[in-house]
Amino acid sequence: MDLVLTQPQPFLKRVSWTDWLFAVALALGAGYAYGQYVDHLSYYERAVLIGAVPTFAWLGWFWKPVKPLMVGIAILSLYAISLYGGDLARMDQMFFLKYLISSQAAIMWMCTFLVLATLSYWVGLLARSEFALQAGSWMTWTAVLMGFTGLMVRWYESYLISPAVGHIPISNLYEVFVLFCLVTSLIYLYYEGRYATRQMGAFVLLVVTAAVGFILWYTFDRQAEQIQPLVPALQSWWMKIHVPANFIGYGAFSVAAMMGVTYLAASKGVLTSRLPKLEVMEDIMYKAISVGFVFFTIATILGAMWAAQAWGGYWSWDPKETWALIVWLNYAAWLHLRMINWVRGPALAWWAVGGLLVTTFAFLGVNMFLSGLHSYGTL
Amino acid sequence: MSIATRVTPHQSKTFYELLSSMRFAVSLLTVIAIASIIGTVLKQGQPYSDYVFQFGTFWFDVFRLLGLYDVYHAAWFLLILAFLVVSTSLCIYRNSPNMVKEMRSFREHASDKSLAAFHHRREYASALPTSALAQRFEAYLRVHRWRLKTRPTEDGGLLIAAKSGGISRLGYIFAHSAIVLICIGGLIDGDLIFKAQQVLGLKKIETRDIPENQVPAVSRLSISNPSFRGNVTIPEGSSANVVFINVGDGYLVQDLPFTLALRRFHIEHYPTGQPKAFDSDISIFSPDGKLIKNATVSVNHPLIYDGIAIYQASFGDGGSRLSLKAWNLFTPQDQPHEMTGVVHSHAELATDMGNYRVEFTGFRPFNVEAMGKAPPPLTLKNMQVLGGNPTQGGQGMQNVGPSFEYKLRDAQGQAREYNNFMLPIQIEGRWYMMSGMRSAPNQPFRYVRFPLGPNDTLASFMRLRAAFLNPQMRAEAAQRFAATALGNGAKDAAMEGKLADSTAKMLEIFSQGGFQALGQFIQAKVPKEQQDKAAATYLKILELASYSLLQLADDKAGAAPPPPGNVAGWFIRDSLNAYSDLFIYGAPVYLQLVHYDQVQSSGFQLTRAPGKNLVYLGSLLLVVGIALMLFVRERRLWLRLRPGGVLLAMSAAKKSIDFEREFAEHSASVEKLVKD
Repeated sequence: MDLVLTQPQPFLKRVSWTDWLFAVALALGAGYAYGQYVDHLSYYERAVLIGAVPTFAWLGWFWKPVKPLMVGIAILSLYAISLYGGDLARMDQMFFLKYLISSQAAIMWMCTFLVLATLSYWVGLLARSEFALQAGSWMTWTAVLMGFTGLMVRWYESYLISPAVGHIPISNLYEVFVLFCLVTSLIYLYYEGRYATRQMGAFVLLVVTAAVGFILWYTFDRQAEQIQPLVPALQSWWMKIHVPANFIGYGAFSVAAMMGVTYLAASKGVLTSRLPKLEVMEDIMYKAISVGFVFFTIATILGAMWAAQAWGGYWSWDPKETWALIVWLNYAAWLHLRMINWVRGPALAWWAVGGLLVTTFAFLGVNMFLSGLHSYGTL
Repeated sequence: MSIATRVTPHQSKTFYELLSSMRFAVSLLTVIAIASIIGTVLKQGQPYSDYVFQFGTFWFDVFRLLGLYDVYHAAWFLLILAFLVVSTSLCIYRNSPNMVKEMRSFREHASDKSLAAFHHRREYASALPTSALAQRFEAYLRVHRWRLKTRPTEDGGLLIAAKSGGISRLGYIFAHSAIVLICIGGLIDGDLIFKAQQVLGLKKIETRDIPENQVPAVSRLSISNPSFRGNVTIPEGSSANVVFINVGDGYLVQDLPFTLALRRFHIEHYPTGQPKAFDSDISIFSPDGKLIKNATVSVNHPLIYDGIAIYQASFGDGGSRLSLKAWNLFTPQDQPHEMTGVVHSHAELATDMGNYRVEFTGFRPFNVEAMGKAPPPLTLKNMQVLGGNPTQGGQGMQNVGPSFEYKLRDAQGQAREYNNFMLPIQIEGRWYMMSGMRSAPNQPFRYVRFPLGPNDTLASFMRLRAAFLNPQMRAEAAQRFAATALGNGAKDAAMEGKLADSTAKMLEIFSQGGFQALGQFIQAKVPKEQQDKAAATYLKILELASYSLLQLADDKAGAAPPPPGNVAGWFIRDSLNAYSDLFIYGAPVYLQLVHYDQVQSSGFQLTRAPGKNLVYLGSLLLVVGIALMLFVRERRLWLRLRPGGVLLAMSAAKKSIDFEREFAEHSASVEKLVKD
């Protein structure tokens, strides 16, 4: 009886000593960066740096696997930085850099692991092989580790080109596609752990693989992996929060759409016996859209606030802004529809799949077909 | 958020219910989304002439009447938004009292009958006395963060009514009020006031291209105008006390409560040549001319003064002063005139070939070009500061120095555009002055290359060119050439005379029409099968005779001609090419830039947006509201205690997997709690 009465413990008590150690390590890291670079940071950037500590500590506490992931990213990134030793030319000279953890190599490893993970998930799904599903899961984690390491190292490399050129690598289409792969994979992995079911990985990773295909084409056909200096409009601390928030939104909407596809497949009798129950997929779809909607709302508001500082007004009906509104309205409608039981599961699933098309147009189509102020990534 | 399905005979009530229904809200969201797409497909706010060109006059008018050129300010679009505000407000008005009631209520008066009807319920037998059980349950629920209320029932038992997550109802109120706040804030910052004034006939847009101080009061907005968003371009060293607001196919003048002066505009560059920063050093003066403050605005760093935000929006040329040498191309003179020009203004040019107007359209202090191929077309439109990908920098990029652009308009009004570089450009090891020409704005520039002579100036080429236009010199050069060509052998005066005559004729033909004229001459006079051979011979003779002509011209001018050899040969060939190109150059003069005094201009956007704070407040409420609605689940739990047994019942606004799990957890816990 006492057992019953004492659970659940308050949040802080559920935090283990490794959690505290993690938080302390984050604080120390941020403190070191602060001490080292404080003169180069604006007040807002300092706030972003300090704010990152509780944000990531909370994330690590809330979802435990984030801790080893972040530690791994930190170790690999710091190792890469030590190998560079301030000389960009070592990228081609040091074995580890050239083939493993220079930004380009690490991102290529991310791409490789994501494709392999997709295949593995499909083998697992079709052959009902728990081992293959488990392998898919591990490879996705590895891909995330390599991808984030790649972005971290790229951040450092940009400063090696020239301190004036250095910037966070979320500034062009190439970089945000990497971010998209990582965020989408992570959101999927969260639900995979939460619902203890791996079969949906086969579907969700399809959209990630499509993004990987784009990255490869963009790299080998367009040499888009080159680090470019920032145009003046992008030189702002807002980028550090606006872009990630947006991509959490895009990633979550993608996961929701792929859950929609899975739902539709299962409800039509395709792979039904191999997939989780329909309610599970409906639930994940709803949760992903909820998370996506909140973050997309935040991202759009941050974008409006940035626009008020850079473009002269918080809302200019620029194509990107307008399409962000359309995406927002679309998911607002979805959430309302679900609330009133007006339509049933399959219709919601179709709507979520359609939502991905709208989202993709807002993300890519606007850049490709419409001109406007927000043309930072062109094809 | 219940939807009323009951239809009352009252029309107004039905209408009210429709407006505040969720179906109507969903339909509205969809309609707004679709309407918004129009404005992204059809480029907004372009000059009306562009639309006429694009759609033809019929569709142009149809689209204009539909307001498609400025969808987001069209009456019908604003009407839909107004519907959204009304519908959302009604929703709040209709649901909030109920929501607040629900949030407060514990539903401790739930009857046994209704509890028995719950889907999520479970009954337990217990030997423990009711009071002991109640104590345990209350402790359990408190630990689990439930708020609860206990009521004794008529049968001597107890009802513990608990609830959790009621705050998500507050989320509903927050999120929906936020939409209303944001829309109102947006409307305050929109052009509603002007629209109203326009409808009442108090204001109208100005469509004429006239100086700002001649714009009548009916097209001016006073400094008390609460919100506006306008643009103004200010050259360095100048100032402005108004901004222009583009409306439809015209504009309005917004008076400012201060004077904005641009002291200096500067661009910083990355080592790779891409722009790094656009900065304007500005000063603000009070209306009576007192300096209030100096500041620098740049992209992402506006200055906010007196509630008006001043943004760096664009840049361009603000009237750079150019010192030029004007070389007459079709007169036998070999000296240029001095001339001056100012960008964005024009100069008259009287030539032997008629009067022209030179319209100076732009100046660039540097040009980063991919060398190794002909310079790509350059445009000198106002360069936008915002957006745009950094150009692929690095390999092969090189600054080739300043250039300026002008239009040469003849008496008939026909104009050609020219783009001349100030510094010579090296191509294949030789240096040229480049002058680009095009006869239509959508064409690329075609470049004439004027070769530099031995002393790295245009003087040699210009002397040769002048000599071509001088019949005596041509004849003399032909003589000299004939004499040297036949030099060594026995002198045959007749033959020499004949060669001199035909050479002089050839020089004349070339001087009047370049290679094209010479080609036509050969085609007309030489049998077809011998034409190729003749052309080669003629070219050889032309080159040698031109060299004689150059020697002659240089002798006269007291300059040393280039010594015979490879360098001289290439110089002659390049000169002949350039001379021949003059016949398609389309201008009687070449303007060479010798000195400049750059004056830049900066484009500012000035805005006053008092609705901004309301919008931001709404945004905050929106995020908090949505998060509460989506991440907090409202659940209720009842424990009905009777002597000998307990009933557990749970309900949620929306059934979900989490709720099922929670019910299973609580029923397991209760099972443990009811035992001894």
